[in-house]
Amino acid sequence: MFSSFMINAWLSGTIIALLVGAVGFFVVLRGSAFAAHAIPNGAFAGAAGANLIGVNPLLGLVSFALVAAFGIGASSKWAKSDVAAALALVTMLALGAAFLASSTNYEPAINALLFGEILGVSSSEILPVILLAVLCGLGLTFLFRPLLYSSVSDELSRASGLNTTVIEVLFLIIMALSSALAVPVVGALLTFSLMIGPPAAARLLSSRPSRALWYSMMFSLLTLWVSIASSYVFNLPIGFFVGTLSAVTYLAVRTWVVVSARRVAVTIA
Amino acid sequence: MHWLIEPGLFANGSVRTALELGAMVSLVSAIVGVFTVLRSQSFAGHALTDVAMAGGAGASLASVAPLAGFLGGGIIGAGAMDAIGVQRVKDRDIATGVVLGAATGLSALFLYLVASSSATSGSTQLVLFGSVFTVDTSTLPYVAILSALVLLSLYLIRRPLLYSSLSAELAGARGVRLRLVGSTFMVMLAIAVGLSSIVIGSILSTALLIGPAASSLKVSRSIVQASWLAVVFGVAATWLGIVFAYDSFYWVPSRRGLPVSFFVVMVVVVEFVVVNLVRTLFSKRVTLSNVSTLPSCSAGGA
Repeated sequence: MFSSFMINAWLSGTIIALLVGAVGFFVVLRGSAFAAHAIPNGAFAGAAGANLIGVNPLLGLVSFALVAAFGIGASSKWAKSDVAAALALVTMLALGAAFLASSTNYEPAINALLFGEILGVSSSEILPVILLAVLCGLGLTFLFRPLLYSSVSDELSRASGLNTTVIEVLFLIIMALSSALAVPVVGALLTFSLMIGPPAAARLLSSRPSRALWYSMMFSLLTLWVSIASSYVFNLPIGFFVGTLSAVTYLAVRTWVVVSARRVAVTIA
Repeated sequence: MHWLIEPGLFANGSVRTALELGAMVSLVSAIVGVFTVLRSQSFAGHALTDVAMAGGAGASLASVAPLAGFLGGGIIGAGAMDAIGVQRVKDRDIATGVVLGAATGLSALFLYLVASSSATSGSTQLVLFGSVFTVDTSTLPYVAILSALVLLSLYLIRRPLLYSSLSAELAGARGVRLRLVGSTFMVMLAIAVGLSSIVIGSILSTALLIGPAASSLKVSRSIVQASWLAVVFGVAATWLGIVFAYDSFYWVPSRRGLPVSFFVVMVVVVEFVVVNLVRTLFSKRVTLSNVSTLPSCSAGGA
């Protein structure tokens, strides 16, 4: 499990989990779950396109994730945010389907992109992955307060002089970059699970932002570590473990919160 | 017309089935979609396709009829979303997301097992990207009956549904049972989406649910008008998409053609963009030239 070819999996998995956990915290706070679902699918289309014309897949992942993010931002002028995300999602998936139909790729490669592959990051890609992750991390650090503020109240933050449109676009870009990093490992369909499940659980545990953010990153890291290990041991796709564990974490925390709230209520009574 | 419609297109049996089936599914999707967009439940509408997909993959693993899998998966998913159910719209999306995440994990497992247990290749892509050209015609009667049932139920609950979609507070105060209406609609949505994803695949299911409805609501004055227009947009997109896909055999150098879903989605998106552009131009003309003659403006401006 810790042999040399698995080092990349653990290293990239750890970076991705911490980043996705942090981004996911804001996704949950801002209620942009649908965008978080649409953008990784854009990245998937990009990877399929890159494969078709024979360029570096990371380039395709990043550029199409960005296109999806800008598409959502641009069309939200014309439609409610959920409709904008839906239209961006189907456009990206349709492009992906067209790329796949034109290429002679065989199915396992496509399944790996959709459902994840623990060895999805090669050793030549690990450096760009680290650099992009650090960039996203720095972006989140700088945007921490404005993001938090505008998530809680859009009107108030606009009244106090924050440009919420710029913040939203910057956040979509960070979401796009981190999705592009996560897709090769976790899969286009499951990146979303990791971005929602652990942060949603973390938010139930604490209403203090910094603490909830910390919990979110830890849950995400734990989910991904257990998933990599189980995927290795049981030889099943990592996406299955990421998806189920994320949901199980949320349900477990929710049950725990409800039960302990009842116990507190009983003690007080 | 030969440049657009290839000779012999309509004589082709599978094309004709595709045109008929496509029209039926896009009709139901368009009408259900109008309410979905009004209620801001596009995310749930999309998530249910993926949940139905997990059901379909599970069914093909257990060798149950795929239709049962798609519908069962969809309805269980809708129930789960409703059970986690929360009041705020933001939190509702999170509940949808958690169910969607779990379902995607399950379909990853099922599809992997299907792929490794059978020699049939392309099962993943079939489930995901689906095609009207590969529909099993024996499920057709069931699809037709269930579609009719969905439309009938929607017709029966149209008043409370519309009322609660436009203003939940007012409807609640007027005695509409919001929870009941909401849950009934979720089940209808799950069935409609399950049917469309088995017939046309998961991408098109979302595209034809949201796209035509979003376009038609932009230019309609009533729910009836919006429904009709959405049906026109949806059926037009499906038919044009099928014709283009058939023709694309001659366009693409590889001589393999491009998938139907690609063309249908492109038509849906073009419709949306054109409707919005036209509306922007039109409303500009109204506000600029007739601004003083509009009674509502003079009243509001005072």
